[in-house]
Amino acid sequence: MLTNQSGKRYKPVLFVLLLVPLGFLVYRFLVNDLGANPIETINRYTGDWALRILLATLVFSPLIRITHWNNIIQFRRMFGLFAFFYVCVHLTSYIVLDQYFDFSEIIDDVFKRPFITAGFSAFILLIPLAITSTNKMVERLQYRWIQLHRLVYIIAILAVLHFWWMVKVDTREPMIYAIILAILLGFRLIFYIKRKV
Amino acid sequence: MLLKTRKQMDLNESDITDQSIYKERRKFITKSATLTAMSMAPSLAMWPNIGAADINFKNIIKSEFSTKDELTPYDAVSSYNNFYELGLDKGDPKRNAKHLKVKPWSVLVSGECEETGEYDLEDFISPAKLEERIYRLRCVEAWSMVVPWVGVELGPILKKFKPTSKAKFVEFKTILDPDNLPGQSRAVLEWPYREGLRIDEAMHPLTILAVGLYGKELPNQNGAPLRLIVPWKYGFKSIKSIVSINFLEEQPATSWNVAGPREYGFYSNVNPDVDHPRWSQKRERRIGEFLKRETLLFNGYADEVAGLYSGMDLKKNF
Repeated sequence: MLTNQSGKRYKPVLFVLLLVPLGFLVYRFLVNDLGANPIETINRYTGDWALRILLATLVFSPLIRITHWNNIIQFRRMFGLFAFFYVCVHLTSYIVLDQYFDFSEIIDDVFKRPFITAGFSAFILLIPLAITSTNKMVERLQYRWIQLHRLVYIIAILAVLHFWWMVKVDTREPMIYAIILAILLGFRLIFYIKRKV
Repeated sequence: MLLKTRKQMDLNESDITDQSIYKERRKFITKSATLTAMSMAPSLAMWPNIGAADINFKNIIKSEFSTKDELTPYDAVSSYNNFYELGLDKGDPKRNAKHLKVKPWSVLVSGECEETGEYDLEDFISPAKLEERIYRLRCVEAWSMVVPWVGVELGPILKKFKPTSKAKFVEFKTILDPDNLPGQSRAVLEWPYREGLRIDEAMHPLTILAVGLYGKELPNQNGAPLRLIVPWKYGFKSIKSIVSINFLEEQPATSWNVAGPREYGFYSNVNPDVDHPRWSQKRERRIGEFLKRETLLFNGYADEVAGLYSGMDLKKNF
């Protein structure tokens, strides 16, 4: 049985696991396996993982509702912070590798290209969530913490849109993420309705 | 100004092929025909038999139209491709290359011309002297390459079919083979892939039909055995694996324009001042380079082709 005490032992394992995608990217870089357009590969790859880990944070609450594995909640923060971490790597790769600090181009992108507007907004909205992720902040903000962290729903929607609006014609992949997100949000809607009834 | 003008519309064999080259190639063909011996039906073709892997074309003529830019390595040119018939990921076309059957290959010529008919690839290109054309290739996705194509000018070939005065446009189609081509099982684009040029664009000396790159036959993923190259337009205009050429009076519908009329115009001339609605076209990443470079109007071929569009609003006719 997982307790808060025994969970502590798993946290370092989880930490390492969540670094594996980045490690694999570094490995591919070292063995020169990033293809003809390495910058594009890095951009796509870090974006993919940011989105995956972000959606993973949304699995916790419906899973707990259904299984009553209440103690897994202690791992959620790490997923959230890693989502933020991968978003930062993704954004850095865009600013440094893709645009090489050409801020006039970057500002143009942020305001003129809807998919970048969506992605950038998601990043901005993640910042307060990352800042308020400490125990102290949770205690201090109490109910407002819960309200604030509901922003993650908007962030997740923006992240999926960011992907969807980027692709040229093949919407299969962003569609998969959209369906997963719809299911995760759907659970919440069902729980909400049940509570009301 | 590099524009060559041709006074004579009709070309015959001796105009096109230098006698010594003709003889050299004959020798080569005879040799390779002997090598493949009984395996193929005898052909009067001037073309080395398609399928004899990795034939290096002989006597390729250097062209004054070639750029001096550094070449993109063969590996990158043949592994980073947009060829949706073979899959949507850039690496898919190489992985799935075997699904494109390039032998035998023929091209159907139809529409507003006198010499309509179905032509074997061998007869289609030959007799013509192969040229090496080192061109910049600018993808609409804002990356670019420099590729040493092997091919022939399209104009003289089109003239062989004697287009009529009604022929104002040329439409090209890629092979339709959903049983074999994995990408054609899904309707991401309307199949077969279609492209088109105005007749004067098609006749322009920069426009070529390519059969090879880096002195070798085209890899399947690069549009074997026969593809169009229009270096001043975004890459998707340079249609791959052509099976049909159709002379038309009206502007034809083209695949990407049908898929996204706001995003992909009929002309699709490379133009840094006309952004794609979703991304900037001001700069491009040359494959193999870290910093982006400025995109040039008409992909750097403005001296040669700007005249084709004089008086046109390039923002409207994007």
